[in-house]
Amino acid sequence: MSGWLGPDEWQAVALSLKVAFWAMALSLPLGIFTAYALARWHFPGKALVNGLVHLPLILPPVVTGYILLVVFGINGPLGALLSQLGITLAFRWTGAVLAAAIMAFPLMVRAIRLSIEAVDPKLEQAAATLGASRLWVFVTITLPLIVPGIIAGAVLAFAKAMGEFGATITFVSNIPGQTQTVPSAIYAFLQAPGGEPAALRLVMVSVVVAMGALLASEWLARRAAKRVQGT
Amino acid sequence: MSLSVRLTHKLPRFQLQVDFAVPAGLTVLFGRSGSGKTSVINAVAGLLRPDQGQITLGGETVFDSARGLHLPTHKRHLGYIFQDARLFPHMSVQQNLLYGRWMRRADRSLHTQVIEMLGLGALLARRPAQLSGGEKSRVAIGRALLAQPRILLADEPLAALDEARKAEILPYFERLRDEFNIPILYVTHSPAEVARLATTVVALENGRSVAVGSATDILADPTITPLGARSAGAVMQAVITRQHSDGLTEISANGVALFIPRVPGQPGQKLRVRIAAHDVILASAPPMGLSALNIIEGRVVDIRMGAGPGALLALDTQAGRLLARVTRRSMGVMGLQVGSRAYAVIKTVAMAPEDVGGMG
Repeated sequence: MSGWLGPDEWQAVALSLKVAFWAMALSLPLGIFTAYALARWHFPGKALVNGLVHLPLILPPVVTGYILLVVFGINGPLGALLSQLGITLAFRWTGAVLAAAIMAFPLMVRAIRLSIEAVDPKLEQAAATLGASRLWVFVTITLPLIVPGIIAGAVLAFAKAMGEFGATITFVSNIPGQTQTVPSAIYAFLQAPGGEPAALRLVMVSVVVAMGALLASEWLARRAAKRVQGT
Repeated sequence: MSLSVRLTHKLPRFQLQVDFAVPAGLTVLFGRSGSGKTSVINAVAGLLRPDQGQITLGGETVFDSARGLHLPTHKRHLGYIFQDARLFPHMSVQQNLLYGRWMRRADRSLHTQVIEMLGLGALLARRPAQLSGGEKSRVAIGRALLAQPRILLADEPLAALDEARKAEILPYFERLRDEFNIPILYVTHSPAEVARLATTVVALENGRSVAVGSATDILADPTITPLGARSAGAVMQAVITRQHSDGLTEISANGVALFIPRVPGQPGQKLRVRIAAHDVILASAPPMGLSALNIIEGRVVDIRMGAGPGALLALDTQAGRLLARVTRRSMGVMGLQVGSRAYAVIKTVAMAPEDVGGMG
């Protein structure tokens, strides 16, 4: 495989997988929490939270990237704070993780929220009458029943993170080996004369990874749904 | 008192206003659909927070609006049997049964007894989706019992079942009442279930508790008809005296011999028999040459005129209190009034098997 892909291309694929994995894994707990809050709780400002979560879906990605640069850049309010702790996000692969996570977050939350809304609250009431506190109800009833939705949300987020381009290139630029993900690399190859064969190879890799993720999630979700429904 | 409830709560259609205290045994919340029964049981469970009032369970106050106390459901040590079983679909029957024990860290003292009584042994490995309606009900009863509750709540647990399944599940509630020392609060609009199960009845009308008393007293009172006079019917305590070969069971209600369609049981076994008011015919003189086997002499003690052409009469007999529903016209023709002597005629085949049950 490394013979077929050039070292630069291989580096971009590996980086993209790394970025997408961490973006998905790190945002999952927050995604489940946000989905649960939006599905089950009534609190002031709920519409605002809902809007904020969905904002990256409708804003131009370059705007999201620019906002990230302003807030998390070396001189940005949060960026300065983080750099004192030794964490730099701008122009680093960690920044690519943040950009991808934010862009993928709405898709993840939507998928999980739908599955939470499909859980009958009467089952959760029944668990409470049997002595389960709210936390235990969530862990033993709600969580197992929404596993298919969590898988779907995670895979959607992973695929979206793999393909994220606009916010990433704006926030962390396009540095080979540092922040050059597959879409950035395709873009760079297309800008250079004679780069088209390399771009085509990366396009094929993108298609295979996306299809693979989709098929795997379908299979996992179907297995989980079977287990949940007990048929 | 093992349970006392005093509460007011505003519901969309009316004001719930309930006040009762009941001893151990099985207490039935009795009233028509929409009379507020489920709201009351949910307030006891903590699933509904009443506007005002106080609820005490076995000596512990679990709700007191004056003190701002509202103990969350999971701390009330309940077992709740829902109409729609509500088994956890992702767990096996065994895991469903053990759920309450895990959550309460209860011991396994009742385990074998409960599984044996409910006949759950063969179902343990199955998933709820693979159970029939009656099996689901049995598992739901077992699950609530094994949580070792200090009170068992049941919200119309038979309403979703067909007649055959009802007949299968009802006896389990009789055994719960008689074999386990757990108070039960049971919601129903079925007079047959009240007659068979209730130690105490709380009658609800439009969100108000209008009467509290024993099943015999409440059902025989012509002024308390939560379902309307059409569904009225008194309950008699009786004992089996003989099983006849022609399909009849002879019983004795305080010395008065009655024939009913065959019910299983040995002579000496105690029974409750519900006699629907519309199955009773009244005669002013001892009737002769009738096909009916059961004729009981009594005295009219109460008359309640209905809005329509009917009237509900209460008769004191040696066998106990009887209710009879007749037209006002025949009452006039017969000259019946409070104090009149009358003969109640009850057709044996009119007595439905679901109206006859064991008693504890």
